[in-house]
Amino acid sequence: MTEMTAIPAPAVDRAKPARWLQDYGVYAAVAVLVLFNVAFTDNFLQTATLRTQLVQVAPVVIAALGMAMVIGSEGIDLSVGSVMALAAAVLPLYIGYGFWPAVLIALLVGALVGVVNGTLVAVVGLQPIVATLALLVGGRGLALVFADGQLKGITNPTLLELGTGELLGVPYTVLIAGVLAVVIGFAVRGTVYGRQLVAVGGNRAASALAGLPVTRVLIGTYALCAVLAALAGVLATARLGASDPSAIGNLMELSAITAVVVGGTPLSGGSIRVLGTVAGALLMQLVRATLINHDLPDSSAQLIQAAIILAAVYIARERRTR
Amino acid sequence: MTEPVLDVRGVSKRFPGVLALDDVSLTVGPGEVHALVGENGAGKSTLIKILTGVYRPDAGQVHYLGQPVTFGRPLDAQAAGISTIYQEVNLVPLMSVARNLFLGREPRGRFGLIDVARMNREAGEVLARFGIAVDPKLPLHALGLGAQQMVALARAVAVDAKVVIMDEPTSSLEPREVETLFRVVRELSGRGIAIVYVSHRLDELYRLCDRVTVLRDGRRVHTGELAQLDRLSLISLMLGRDVADVRRHGLTGFSAHDAGDVEPILRVRGLSIRHQLHGVSFDVRPGEVTGLGGLLGSGRSETAKAVVGALGTDGGTVDMSGQRLRRRTPAAAIRAGMAMLPEDRKAEGIIPDLSVRENIVLAALPRLSRFGTVSRAKQDKVVELFMKRLRIKAASPEQRVSELSGGNQQKVLLARWLCLNPRLLLLDEPTRGIDVGAKAEVQALIDELAAEGLAVVLISSDLEELVEGADRIVVLRAGAVVGELTGDDVTEDNIMAALAQEAVHD
Amino acid sequence: MTPTIVTKTPHPVPVERELRRERLAGLAQRHGAPAVLALAVLIASVLFPAFPTAENANGIAIQSSFLAIVALGMTFVIITGGIDLSVGSVFALGGVLAAYASPWGPLPALLLPLAVCGAIGLVQGLLIAKTGMAPFIVTLAGLLGARGLLLAVTDEGATTYLVPKESAFLELGQGTLFGIGYPVYLTVVLFALGAVLLQRTRYGQAVFAVGGSPDAAALMGLPVARIRVMTYLLSGLLAGFAGVLNASRLSSGVTILGVGMELDAIAAVVIGGTLLVGGAGSISGTLCGVLLLGVIQNVINQIGTLNSSYQSVVSGLFLIVVVVVQTFLGRRRRPR
Repeated sequence: MTEMTAIPAPAVDRAKPARWLQDYGVYAAVAVLVLFNVAFTDNFLQTATLRTQLVQVAPVVIAALGMAMVIGSEGIDLSVGSVMALAAAVLPLYIGYGFWPAVLIALLVGALVGVVNGTLVAVVGLQPIVATLALLVGGRGLALVFADGQLKGITNPTLLELGTGELLGVPYTVLIAGVLAVVIGFAVRGTVYGRQLVAVGGNRAASALAGLPVTRVLIGTYALCAVLAALAGVLATARLGASDPSAIGNLMELSAITAVVVGGTPLSGGSIRVLGTVAGALLMQLVRATLINHDLPDSSAQLIQAAIILAAVYIARERRTR
Repeated sequence: MTEPVLDVRGVSKRFPGVLALDDVSLTVGPGEVHALVGENGAGKSTLIKILTGVYRPDAGQVHYLGQPVTFGRPLDAQAAGISTIYQEVNLVPLMSVARNLFLGREPRGRFGLIDVARMNREAGEVLARFGIAVDPKLPLHALGLGAQQMVALARAVAVDAKVVIMDEPTSSLEPREVETLFRVVRELSGRGIAIVYVSHRLDELYRLCDRVTVLRDGRRVHTGELAQLDRLSLISLMLGRDVADVRRHGLTGFSAHDAGDVEPILRVRGLSIRHQLHGVSFDVRPGEVTGLGGLLGSGRSETAKAVVGALGTDGGTVDMSGQRLRRRTPAAAIRAGMAMLPEDRKAEGIIPDLSVRENIVLAALPRLSRFGTVSRAKQDKVVELFMKRLRIKAASPEQRVSELSGGNQQKVLLARWLCLNPRLLLLDEPTRGIDVGAKAEVQALIDELAAEGLAVVLISSDLEELVEGADRIVVLRAGAVVGELTGDDVTEDNIMAALAQEAVHD
Repeated sequence: MTPTIVTKTPHPVPVERELRRERLAGLAQRHGAPAVLALAVLIASVLFPAFPTAENANGIAIQSSFLAIVALGMTFVIITGGIDLSVGSVFALGGVLAAYASPWGPLPALLLPLAVCGAIGLVQGLLIAKTGMAPFIVTLAGLLGARGLLLAVTDEGATTYLVPKESAFLELGQGTLFGIGYPVYLTVVLFALGAVLLQRTRYGQAVFAVGGSPDAAALMGLPVARIRVMTYLLSGLLAGFAGVLNASRLSSGVTILGVGMELDAIAAVVIGGTLLVGGAGSISGTLCGVLLLGVIQNVINQIGTLNSSYQSVVSGLFLIVVVVVQTFLGRRRRPR
């Protein structure tokens, strides 16, 4: 965050390479992978290839943005995948009333889940991992109950257009993810809420003593995260052209956490790297694509993914100086 | 004289920037209860940590049972027979009393399995010897704190301790529990166990201890029979103040003539917190610095925190500008015009990852924004103003606050509160742990603020600072107000005299 | 004017109230799960005539045994204050490796998966105990890693290894004694051993201490890191063994099993009264939790018109109720 720092702190000096890796490692890795693909992967620079990559990564980016905020508050939200499924399940139920009412209700369901999560964390005082676990377990079940366990085709043209259409050559989903990244980036840096969120994550006791509305900030953050997850669910449904609550958002919590952590946001809270999160999501997507393009099997992709997560957390572990 | 069990010879310990212990010696003989006293930063905890193997001394040598020893880790000290009872009970609350007593050395029977029946029986016997009748199968947390403390003591002694170090063992005990603890301590000493007893409660020291060692600023300033040292002398040794011209009858000279006809801005009445505060009342007037004096653990910080709603209270009222504060939260207190600089800068003050600028504007964010969007221009103006006024030394406002020196961090926190334009400022140890230059600047600033009409509450362990800074001093002891000094009565001697009064027992 | 010397009166100690609360908490923790299980069985027996039959009970027992073994390891992990998200993947991997090795005989079919799954647990434990990384992140990587290993062994999931028809290995999962399947006996034995391990050995006591208060445990001289490593090793071994049993029962190493199983295991453990924050829990509670999930699943199947997803809705609901109740009952236990 403080790239402008003129005087290096003596205590941080010894960890300089680690610090650099934490701050810029993810961008460097993305750059290296892009260069590698440009050089060795056929057709990588073609718009079709790039578009596929971006369309695939868009829901992850959206969910990861919310996750980044929750992690910045010194929390975690395991329920994002289930919320995606819930949103997907709700859509066909209300699509009869039109595109907007259905989407709004889907987002509202997300907000509701988020408020429950946030209340359990901020008011009841549960550990975030515990509080959101229940909705991870129950949320998808509920989605399947709503959907009666079935895959339902979507016929609403607006919704289908949202999934497949594009504006000036950019798919809507990618556009939305991009706009959201900018908006969240601004919210974190430039709004009262965003700064209070970072402060609460950095030192909850001090924030409370400074009169910040800690409870409200926390509940709002979990709600926002869940709304973003719901939106990701809507977009995934639109792209698929069907509501499939059993598959949509599966293991999304893991992908989102991975993107955030790989992007350099410390799990200990107090700092949110929005651009890093986007880069983290892109990196994981590129890794997978690169491996597949070069005929390395899915198994290696998973193993490498696991190694990247561990490496990222290991590097970030030293971040805190206190 | 019998050979000492514990003999610390000329131990020194240096941390970056401070000499925490400077050539300190301490001898404790078998069966002796030795008081170790000193104010914050005197070096008590460093010494204890050296004895228990947490730190290693830079110079000097610890002799134990006549042999020079160096403990690599707490476990080694324990195994050798030096046990420590901490202020916070260091046991596992969810496990049963018996299992806590025997953890790691449970009696085993057939197939190497734990003989639970025997363990419970033996636990019951051990506890009975300590005079506590509890079911050893109960989980530890179901016991009162005193009984838990006793279990910790029993565990310490059961591992064949020759030395027991007790660090503020009574700080959260009921009076009744304290009595039981004392009985056990006497019994232990009767069995020849050496005890190092750390406490700020003078009454306890005089009831329990044979000899005393006083530390101040990392140096030993006195060792001797406790009975030969009166309270006033002890306190003056701890605080490093001259006792020569303190006259006991000076006590009665405390007069409460009101400093002025100015209406108090803050009126605190009967503030109570179980175990901590017992009906604290005082007034604070604008343009005046009101000092809260008292030894460590007297309830000074708790009072300040309770006033701003950071600690829940069991009773009492706080009126600000004639308005009763009903919602007792820090946010409400801030809205009413209060601001409190907490004692623990790291844990409760700074947000380490944020910049100097953001730390300054944290509490004022809503005022420095429009439609929820922070205004950088407004922020910069405020930040520049306060960085200049308080002479905050940072590379730029964007430097991470955790990279600043302690003094500058403190100024950042002061700036955080001042930019709210408070009418009442509570400062808890504003100059602790900061360098001399910054200290003088902060003290000058306090004067300046009061002169501008701000009401200031100053808490300090530094008597000199308190006397020079405060116009009026409310003296606290054991969570209660024991005196109030105004005008010419505000002297170090009078404060010490007030602190040295015998506590009235019920 | 004389200075005021304020005498303080000691406040009454609400020991009575705290003791009562404690008894209630203990009661809920020890007997909550069995009571709810008994209630569920009773209701199901009244409502569904097909429920209280020996055949149905046997079915529930066999169905539940695999999850039970996984949950057993999870119980130890959670009591130490950790979590193991890798068990579902490790379970699947264990099954695949067992089927893979079965042509060489029953012993390799048992030992290969145990060795690999134990190694995964060991590595996770070392990473958690020695580097201080959060258990959920490390075991999350373990979840991905174990699944990746499984895919690597099975040609990206394309190959399903079959256990040779005449293999003695099949007995393990398919054999019966008095009409009850071996897996049920094995589960009972493992749970009995687990209870003894937890309650009657120094390791078990250390597990409680590490979860209840790591600092105090270290000060009291317990080898905290070693206890953690052993616990994750145990969890890996048990998850792998459950996979082995399942492969024997199904005569093949099914690659798609175990997804989300970690959640069921965690739910069973927590419903069984083990605190998710660590420090307290019981083996018998976990067994009740697993059986409760099994009964609910069975009832949902009996109703027929409900889809099976109600299972996880009910689990999630149980989870949240149990955790919130635990929090309120335990509120005064841990002074912060």
